[in-house]
Amino acid sequence: MLKVEDLNVFYGAIHAIKGISLEVAEGQIVTLIGANGAGKTTTLRTISGLNRAKSGQISFKGKPINTLPAQDIMAMGISQVPEGRRVFANMTVLENLELGAYLRKDKSGIKKDMDHVFEKFPRLLERIKQQAGTLSGGEQQMLAMGRALMSRPKLLLLDEPSMGLAPLLVQGIFSIIKELNQEGTTILLVEQNAHMALSIAHQAYVLETGKIVLSGDAKELASRPEISEAYLGGAVGH
Amino acid sequence: MAEFLQQLINGISLGSVYALIALGYTMVYGIIRLINFAHGEVYMLGAIFGYYAITTLKLPFFAALALAMVLCAGLGVIMERIAYKPLRNAPRVAALMTAVGLSLFFQNFTIYSIGASPKAFPKMQQINWSFMGATVSNGQVLILFTAIALMIILHFIVQKTKMGKAMRAVSFDQDAAKLMGINVDNTISFTFAIGSALAAAGGVLVGQYYGVVQPLMGTLPGLKAFVAAVLGGIGIIPGAMIGGLILGVAESTISAIGYSTFRDAVAFAILIGILILKPAGILGKNVREKV
Repeated sequence: MLKVEDLNVFYGAIHAIKGISLEVAEGQIVTLIGANGAGKTTTLRTISGLNRAKSGQISFKGKPINTLPAQDIMAMGISQVPEGRRVFANMTVLENLELGAYLRKDKSGIKKDMDHVFEKFPRLLERIKQQAGTLSGGEQQMLAMGRALMSRPKLLLLDEPSMGLAPLLVQGIFSIIKELNQEGTTILLVEQNAHMALSIAHQAYVLETGKIVLSGDAKELASRPEISEAYLGGAVGH
Repeated sequence: MAEFLQQLINGISLGSVYALIALGYTMVYGIIRLINFAHGEVYMLGAIFGYYAITTLKLPFFAALALAMVLCAGLGVIMERIAYKPLRNAPRVAALMTAVGLSLFFQNFTIYSIGASPKAFPKMQQINWSFMGATVSNGQVLILFTAIALMIILHFIVQKTKMGKAMRAVSFDQDAAKLMGINVDNTISFTFAIGSALAAAGGVLVGQYYGVVQPLMGTLPGLKAFVAAVLGGIGIIPGAMIGGLILGVAESTISAIGYSTFRDAVAFAILIGILILKPAGILGKNVREKV
């Protein structure tokens, strides 16, 4: 569904992404794990059209998208929940969700999807008139995800959904990610919490200073000693 | 008491014009963090367009007002696309210098095209009403009601329409807005269009009120409206309205108590005061800038 080939991204003179290639098959959860500064966020930003690649190709359903403006990429069905959630703090929960459906015109479909979001995140319904800035971190994460779902994406890009959340909330968010995938949304998940990410993903890529150093089946990668030492604190199997 | 009321009435009608111009400053600042110093010239051009619409095209007042607003909206969009858009990622001072340059360009181009001499803007037949000892003219009522109507329309656009939501989203977080599928360039153009149309309305109203328009008329009101925007809290729409009204009332009060020579100094005294006491403005929150 999504194919990234030999991607190179620069920030000024800094070579942030050094020729990475990855593939996300339809219906899967693919995770991109790695330490802080490895280039995970940059990769997602480039897919969404917020950053521009110096060279390489990104294609979605066989069509190249790396030269399209961000709004056209969104219109093709790629939605992103950005790092740090980035909800519109000065607007209400409802307005945030409406902005998620900005490109849609089917009123009844929007209504249906909003009900679906409230089913998944009942907390958002309770806070519907509240300013997004007054929500807790976990609620903001729910809002950011709900907002992204309002576009009815085919591919959902999630950037560190566990960041700054209590372990119990992280569990909740991850089980929702799994549910969304079972309902048919393809997911590319970027995480520092490699243990959680590998536990729900089908495929995984390990990014280190702008290069992919390992890739393969998520379960298989989780059991590899070099992964458990570098990213899982050596805790697997104990 | 009657004298006080009179100055309040004068101040509110003057202040609502400052508010109309200040809205453009504040909306543009809100969305691209640029003080568009050419905004006073858009106000001037609005007055000039209104003048020609009434004298040459023989349009009735409100049609002339609408035409001037549409022309200036277009001008605002062109100005943004040609002068500011290429500088979107340049250091802020480059865009600021461009704004000053544009302002001089508009002034001199207008002088070159139509001459520097003031033109007599046809005034409508003046009618005065007396109200608790003070006099209210139909010109003042026209200014006040037109300004209020335009601000209500603006409020509706910003709060209720899809474009308004996009404007608020872009001004809060451009990248997040892009992820919603919002076309940021179009949203910025739209903001310039609305701000410029409001300034044009201010120009036509003032032209009609004082009965004179000329190519340098935008400089001082432009600066004062900038002060009004800062006073209310730059980037905050209701702030511009409040700032404009306070400034208008302060100015007419100063003239009323006999210091009319200091009339123009009031705005700048307020600017200095607000920058010392509450730099974020009346409605602004103090934000610490990270260094």
